[in-house]
Amino acid sequence: MIQAIVFFPLVGALIAGLLGRIIGHRTSEYITTGLLIGAALLSWIVFAQYWFAPPAAEGAHGAEHAATKVEVMRWIVSGALDLRWVLRVDTLTAVMLVVVTTVSSLVHLYSIGYMADDPHRSRFFAYLSLFTFAMLMLVTADNFLQMFFGWEGVGLASYLLIGFWYTRPSANAAAMKAFVVNRVGDFGFALGIFAAFVVLGHLDFDGAFHAVEANKDLTFRFLSWDLHAMTVVCLLLFMGAMGKSAQFLLHTWLPDAMEGPTPVSALIHAATMVTAGVFMVARFSPLFEASELAMTVVMLVGALTAFFAATVGLVQNDIKRVIAYSTCSQLGYMFVALGAGVYSVGIFHLFTHAFFKALLFLGAGSVIHAMHHEQDMRNMGGLRHKIKWTYYLMIVGTLALTGVGIPGTWLGFAGFFSKDGIIEVAYAAGQSTGYIAFWALVIAAMFTSFYSWRLIHLTFHGKPRGQHHGHGAHAAHDDHAHADHAHDDHAHDDHAHDDHGHHGSAYDNAHESPAVMMVPLFVLAAGAILAGVVFNDLFFGHAEHIEHFFQGSLVVSEELLEAAHGVPIWVKWSATIAMVLGFAAAYQMYIRDPAAPKRLAHANPGLYLFLLNKWYFDELYDRIFVKPALWLGNALWKGFDDMLIDKTITEGLGNRVRDITGKVVKLQSGYLYHYAFAMLIGIAALLTWAIAAGGLLG
Amino acid sequence: MIFSDHLLTFITFLPTAGALLLLLVGGRDEAANNLARYIALGVTLLTAALSLWLWYLFDPSNTGFQFVENYAWIGESIGYRMGVDGISVLFIPLTAVLMPAVILSSFGSITKRVKEYLIVFLVLETFMIGAFATLDLAMFYVFFEGTLIPMFLIIGIWGGARRIQATYKFFFYSFTGTVLMLIAIMAMYWQAGTLDIVKLLTFKFPPEVQTWLWIGFFASFAVKMPMWPFHRWLPEAHVEAPTGGSVILAAILLKLGGYGFIRFSISMFPDASHQFANFVFVLSIAAIIITSLVALVQTDIKKLIAYSSVAHMGFVTMGIFTGNIYGIHGAIFQMISHGIVSAALFFCVGVVYDRMHTREISAYGGLVTPMPRYAVVFMVFTMANVGLPGTSGFVGEFLTMLAAFQANTWVAFFAAFGVILSAAYALWLYRRVIFGAFTKESLKGILDLDRREAIVLVPLVLLTILFGFYPAPILDATAASVNLVAENFANAIGAAPAAVAAATGH
Repeated sequence: MIQAIVFFPLVGALIAGLLGRIIGHRTSEYITTGLLIGAALLSWIVFAQYWFAPPAAEGAHGAEHAATKVEVMRWIVSGALDLRWVLRVDTLTAVMLVVVTTVSSLVHLYSIGYMADDPHRSRFFAYLSLFTFAMLMLVTADNFLQMFFGWEGVGLASYLLIGFWYTRPSANAAAMKAFVVNRVGDFGFALGIFAAFVVLGHLDFDGAFHAVEANKDLTFRFLSWDLHAMTVVCLLLFMGAMGKSAQFLLHTWLPDAMEGPTPVSALIHAATMVTAGVFMVARFSPLFEASELAMTVVMLVGALTAFFAATVGLVQNDIKRVIAYSTCSQLGYMFVALGAGVYSVGIFHLFTHAFFKALLFLGAGSVIHAMHHEQDMRNMGGLRHKIKWTYYLMIVGTLALTGVGIPGTWLGFAGFFSKDGIIEVAYAAGQSTGYIAFWALVIAAMFTSFYSWRLIHLTFHGKPRGQHHGHGAHAAHDDHAHADHAHDDHAHDDHAHDDHGHHGSAYDNAHESPAVMMVPLFVLAAGAILAGVVFNDLFFGHAEHIEHFFQGSLVVSEELLEAAHGVPIWVKWSATIAMVLGFAAAYQMYIRDPAAPKRLAHANPGLYLFLLNKWYFDELYDRIFVKPALWLGNALWKGFDDMLIDKTITEGLGNRVRDITGKVVKLQSGYLYHYAFAMLIGIAALLTWAIAAGGLLG
Repeated sequence: MIFSDHLLTFITFLPTAGALLLLLVGGRDEAANNLARYIALGVTLLTAALSLWLWYLFDPSNTGFQFVENYAWIGESIGYRMGVDGISVLFIPLTAVLMPAVILSSFGSITKRVKEYLIVFLVLETFMIGAFATLDLAMFYVFFEGTLIPMFLIIGIWGGARRIQATYKFFFYSFTGTVLMLIAIMAMYWQAGTLDIVKLLTFKFPPEVQTWLWIGFFASFAVKMPMWPFHRWLPEAHVEAPTGGSVILAAILLKLGGYGFIRFSISMFPDASHQFANFVFVLSIAAIIITSLVALVQTDIKKLIAYSSVAHMGFVTMGIFTGNIYGIHGAIFQMISHGIVSAALFFCVGVVYDRMHTREISAYGGLVTPMPRYAVVFMVFTMANVGLPGTSGFVGEFLTMLAAFQANTWVAFFAAFGVILSAAYALWLYRRVIFGAFTKESLKGILDLDRREAIVLVPLVLLTILFGFYPAPILDATAASVNLVAENFANAIGAAPAAVAAATGH
């Protein structure tokens, strides 16, 4: 069964990619989507086996009992290294299987509508399926290297999909940036794999996890220092997670990745690929448990990212970028949970987030589709009358993202359970880092609520501000307009299907999306409403329930869970209060007093520009990495290679030789025969010597 | 006489026989040219088939030399000695399989002195296979040095505008290196009294002699690899060489250096290799980082790929001089993989060069629109060049870096920068050539891969992906010999296996 789940998308990708031109776009779409839906149904069957696992299985403790492994073939076998392609299924994998295949099949379905006019549709579907295959290889990996394969594979698919509209320079730049920044993370991941092998002696998960116990106090010489071995291993691996999950310092590629078609953003840059880092840390929880420092770093990086990304999200004007920063921020939440040592809650948030974030992205896609590929929220407004269903569904997504619910009861949207869970876990983790993370997350929760409702208000409420709409046009540009020069050109989601030629405004022509796009939204909305309440017990209930559910596929700490459940009542309410404050602020600024944002921006131009320009990370990296690398490359090429080695030494030496021999023989004649002759003489000399030596000595 | 007992002789000299046959082809008209082309193609295909048979017959569990032929020639000391072990066996099919592709690719692009071109390539094939197959040091020298002459003619006659400078540099570097090697070979003979490689492998040279011998061989192989900073001839030679010349240069000739390091430096001078290991690591890292940076700013497609070759060879030298199993295994794999991938990349450049007659990156852009098939093929090799898992480029890089991490974490740390930089230069090249809007007037009417080009490139695509997912055919064939080399090296330097030494409890 697991073979079918993993290889159906590969088959789809190959058919659509290689035969797309022969069988036609429509057939490619149906084949890839059909195979994905098949994989999704099978995944739910696999998941159900863990969900409803009989209590008897509890007797069998430890990872190796719960994991099913299917060997496909050998991979790298050298010396003591024996790496094979193995599909591993345990609870953690099953959760990821469900997330990946469900969202992917819905995105496939949605894309049939969204990409309907694109001339390269079968290529698009081939990439989507290829991505899904790589992601499934990642989550079913049984050794570090196979995970790395999936890891790079999703990177490749992401690169191809971000740059899908290859005629656009901005898309190509974003694609390359995504790949290269991820490679910076992979630099750490690769070194982490080497370190794990040297320290633990195994690259298969079970072998490595078993070896942790014996090596947890080991020191290890890394570079020039003797360091705690497990800390080195974990921090290097975490660097990979930071790249893939767009954490602080390595986050810069994610917002740019929005250059890709919107279904891609929903699938890869919201629900699945970017959560690979979270999955990785959860998978390696036995390693991370051995290093307190690494756990602290994970938590602080998560908290910082959650806060940082939320602040940037406050002022962005591109509808997709707001959601992108929101994703970045929510990933930070997940890492806080992991860093606190309550891995199941991190995975819980990954699970619920997949539904509501995919819903928000696909909803945004529906808005963009309706607005004929307009992405700037300043040119939207009032859309709730035009696209009613999209509006309601986006509201559901927003309620889930902001975590609406009543603490202490079973009433709440998906995000309410998982996000509040994380905030409680952070508080319970205690110590200074726990409290820092706790407050960062509460503040981020308030910002989340603010920017989410700001998005809803700007897009759906108020009056239309479309460009062709008389007085509305100027208002739209005046708002925040003073910062436009600093703002990157908003790439509009325009491709071959370009409706800008329409008369009248985008607003007038706005239309609800076709059913094939709306059905996935409804399914995701159901997930966004129910995923929390249904699965809360499995991920964040009683410790024994969680342990029974996960069957040792990640570390479950009873003590930490008890602490998280027993936090003071004000902590349990803190996220809800923050959420209400954010909502109120957004309502005040965008409904009651629409001039307020402009006033505020004018009053604090420095802060506003700082946020609008994303803390100036792109500019900083350009100055300290990109430009120096190019300068150095040029200097080494022109200066060292060409000038020193070539002109001075090689040719200089040649000239000296020529000067000396010039009078005797014109050796430097440039005729080939001379050189060839010289070489033949060399060989003849060798043979003569050989014969002489052989004759004398032999 | 059993045919398979003399298989190596047949494989080695069959191309020369083909070259002699070509001499009989008279006339300069198109019919004669075509006849010559098909004779050369037939001969190289037959050689390739024999080389694959050799691979098939090769017993991977046997650590000794196989298919051995040993006849006295000049006295007792120099003999006609042939034989292969796990270290050398795969380079023969690599060479022989690429040759038909090289011949085929020349069909459209070489129109002047066709017969001579083909003869030179066939002679070159004999020298290359001979260098890998011989077990006599004097013969090795002759074959090794012999490869210079045809290559020299290929660049000098069929090369580009600055071919004279390029041949001068090529000659200057190579010859200086090999002269020192020749001196070392003579010294070895005076020490050991034989030039039989099998006997030399068991002969223990005194450590102080090893140092000098090591330097002599290093001079030659470092230039051949090429290692930084002896690499300057390579970009020039590549740029000026015709496509076939670049392919053979990158895919096979560079590998002579790596093969030599394993066969001679590590195996015969272990103490000196150990002593110089850090020196080699520094040069390898310099190759990986510095040439990658230089590749980043190139404006000529061929130069960019040439510099990236130097960077990839940095992983090979780094792996070899760790002296452990993963390093040597990875180095051999990396060489085979680079043989396939760099050959394919130069073929790819040749495809657009044949159409546009320029190698300037800025002359291209948006090629995906008129050439979708080309874009796919180029993407596969770009990713293999980047070392993406699932392509053959990954396995060698992984193993050599793993070995380096065991040997010295600093080395692996710096080498890992290659992971980032290779992505940067390779993807940037791809972006500028393939992606973007197709607007350049001069490119209008450019055609996608034709059938002949597809026949050359598609098998290489399949091999790149096959060995990425299933490298076992290469790793298994070489494993036993690699283990032996690593074991002997460890014994010689008196070290415990690196895996244990690296981790120390407290």
